[in-house]
Amino acid sequence: MSLLFFIGTTVLFLDIKNAFVTEVSSTVLFLQLIPALMKFIYLLGFSAIGFLVVILLTAIFGRVYCSSICPLGTLQDIFTAISKRVKKIKYKFSEPSNKVRYSILGIVSLLLIFGLSIGVLLLDPFSNFGRFVTFFLRPIVMLANNGIASSLELFDNYSVYPVEVKGFDIIASLMPFILFVIVFVLSYKYGRLYCNSVCPVGTLLGLLSKFSIFRIVIDKNSCSGCGVCARVCKSECIDSLNHYVDETRCVECFNCLGVCPSTSIEYKVSKKITGQNKPEGDANSGKRDFIKKVGLFIFVTTGLAKAQEKIKVYVDNDVPVIRTNPIAPPGSISIEHFTNQCTACHLCISACPTQVLQPSFLEYGFIGMLQPLLNNSKGFCNYECTACLDVCPAGAILPSQLANKKLIQIGKAKFIKENCVVETQGTDCGACAEHCPTKAVKMMPYVHEKYPDKNLKIPEVTEETCIGCGACEYACPSKPWKSIYVESNVVHALAKKPPEQDIEQEVSEGEDFPF
Amino acid sequence: MDRRKFLKSSIGAGIIAGAVGQFGKLSNILAGTPQEEVKKEFDLVAVKGGEPDVMFDKGIASLGGMKSFVKKGQTVCVKPNIGWDKTPEYAANTHPKLVKRIIESCFEAGASDVYVFDNTCDEWRGCYENSGIQKAVEEAGGKLVPGNDEKYYREVQVPNGKRLKTAKVHEKVLDSDVFINVPVLKSHGGARLTISMKNLMGVVWDRRFWHRNDLHQCIADYATFERKPDLNVVDCYGVMMQNGPRGVSVKDVKFFKSLLISKDMVAVDAAATKLFGMEVDDVSYINIAHEMKVGNKNLDSLNINRLKV
Repeated sequence: MSLLFFIGTTVLFLDIKNAFVTEVSSTVLFLQLIPALMKFIYLLGFSAIGFLVVILLTAIFGRVYCSSICPLGTLQDIFTAISKRVKKIKYKFSEPSNKVRYSILGIVSLLLIFGLSIGVLLLDPFSNFGRFVTFFLRPIVMLANNGIASSLELFDNYSVYPVEVKGFDIIASLMPFILFVIVFVLSYKYGRLYCNSVCPVGTLLGLLSKFSIFRIVIDKNSCSGCGVCARVCKSECIDSLNHYVDETRCVECFNCLGVCPSTSIEYKVSKKITGQNKPEGDANSGKRDFIKKVGLFIFVTTGLAKAQEKIKVYVDNDVPVIRTNPIAPPGSISIEHFTNQCTACHLCISACPTQVLQPSFLEYGFIGMLQPLLNNSKGFCNYECTACLDVCPAGAILPSQLANKKLIQIGKAKFIKENCVVETQGTDCGACAEHCPTKAVKMMPYVHEKYPDKNLKIPEVTEETCIGCGACEYACPSKPWKSIYVESNVVHALAKKPPEQDIEQEVSEGEDFPF
Repeated sequence: MDRRKFLKSSIGAGIIAGAVGQFGKLSNILAGTPQEEVKKEFDLVAVKGGEPDVMFDKGIASLGGMKSFVKKGQTVCVKPNIGWDKTPEYAANTHPKLVKRIIESCFEAGASDVYVFDNTCDEWRGCYENSGIQKAVEEAGGKLVPGNDEKYYREVQVPNGKRLKTAKVHEKVLDSDVFINVPVLKSHGGARLTISMKNLMGVVWDRRFWHRNDLHQCIADYATFERKPDLNVVDCYGVMMQNGPRGVSVKDVKFFKSLLISKDMVAVDAAATKLFGMEVDDVSYINIAHEMKVGNKNLDSLNINRLKV
């Protein structure tokens, strides 16, 4: 079951040819808690009901989300399985790091109540898993695909085509990388310690599990306290001497059930509320080490945040141009809505066929770190596409019909005549107008001061029909600075439909050729 | 596999039947013309009044059929305009029926392989699919080759170029025995019109260089490159009269139901310009190419075969 969810989710992020991701993602990701929660907060609709289903499941069966649905949980189990192969690991009961886990949950919840998604963005296990796959596994799969494509082409077979690996940003991948290392080390050494001390989803569901109907219980009368169950417990939540199972940390993996020599440990309906009988113990050094690491990480990232200013783009020598805001994907309503809802799982980045969607670094500010933006130097938003709107599991990018999406104005093109080839070189170009899907950028007759006889044409922007797709900016050949760029709409607007014109050019209608 | 074979053979049979019928009509026309003119090869063939595939059959027959361009066992590269993620009714790309018919006639002439590609402007998979050209190529038995990766392009010298001295050209253009250029006639914001010479911008990797280094001169410069098309077939069936080259609505399209075929890019571009309703002098790359001796823009001095379907 867990492998099913795991593979399903992983494959979604690895669909490098966008063959199915838009069709099936809503089904596969229906039960991903944080995206469903975000969507639920915003939509309160059926498509967001996955959140309630998970809550209900937990109230009945305990943290089955953690063991079966969460892809990051299964990933940790894989790391744990590897470590078991390498050397025999014996777990032992440890104290819960309550201060850490409840403060994290508290902070994340408070932030969310105040409308800030930074907490879930950084710590949602599903989104973190998405970023691991997008940042690290996906490029590898792409390169492998390109290797296969090249080999087949040697035999004149073009059935596998190469994909471009655009925009692997080392700085942006730093945070996922650090977290990956943390998750790897913790799961390698301490099983599900991450889930039980950091993950706010784990902590939340753990609280709920206190009241779950089914749970693991030890029969005091028949238990000999041999500790076999505790040694296989990857959550380190079984204290066999005191016949105690910490329900808040148990992820319902059932590893303990099969190993008990006296079958004293069972998964069954129980009315006992846990929390009594807890023995005292030492927090182990792994946790301390971990807290240090987290502290260091927060220190580093806040340091970077302080250094962050508005990022300058396409600065012309004469006319400095600053893109004042990052461009958020169509369907995201406004930068505010987008940054509030998005958990940066990067599924849209995986689904984007032109790869114009890239993770941000600090363009949205520190609280929007890693949330996707349109990077017009990598590509432009495809006019005939709704992939990101279709896949978003968190309600950050809302779905919309293609015809409506074609009118969503995410920004407006700004023309800088002083940079334009037509002005500086005195020759025709028109690359921007050529690529414009709405003809908001049009070539108009232009009398050049230096070359008045040259019958040139220069771009002109009609802002009301511009949708901010960035095709003009991407295509613009001027160097070193672009002559046309998209200024983001902080709140997305509705563009006018491009007018359908009658043909002006006169044509001989005769039967004969005009030559 | 069976289905494809069946399709191929049934289409083939249909074509032979059609060709025989047409040949009959053609010989009637030729019978009425003086003997000397029949022997002299046409510089340009213009066809009007039919579907793209029918017009092509009629036009190519008057140039001696595809067998005078493609020999048995040769490989062919067909370069349509597949630049945009648009369906055929917008006439933003070469008509799929024409592409299909050209590939089929290459195979009938004995071609061993027919490759089709374009370095597209919009996202390439959308372009290949929605243009209808992917289906057309599959049905005709050709191979649709990606053009989205720089690895397919090899650097060549353009010794006669004034601004464009080198270019990275798609390997299928350089390696195939026969190169057939199949543009669609359209209005164009920068180049004024896109026809056969402009269509060759889609066989090179770095187009931005052309745009910033005098577009018209670069188009003409590349036309001087030694690997010229062996045949240019200009699709003037539906013509985008405005808002080109991408177009906004189907209202931008006027149906000329015409087709132009020539070995001479300058001649065929000049004829297409006239057909569009513009003067050759308005499209500066045609004049530059004429002066660089790529071809002949003076339509009056050419031997033109005008056909109606």
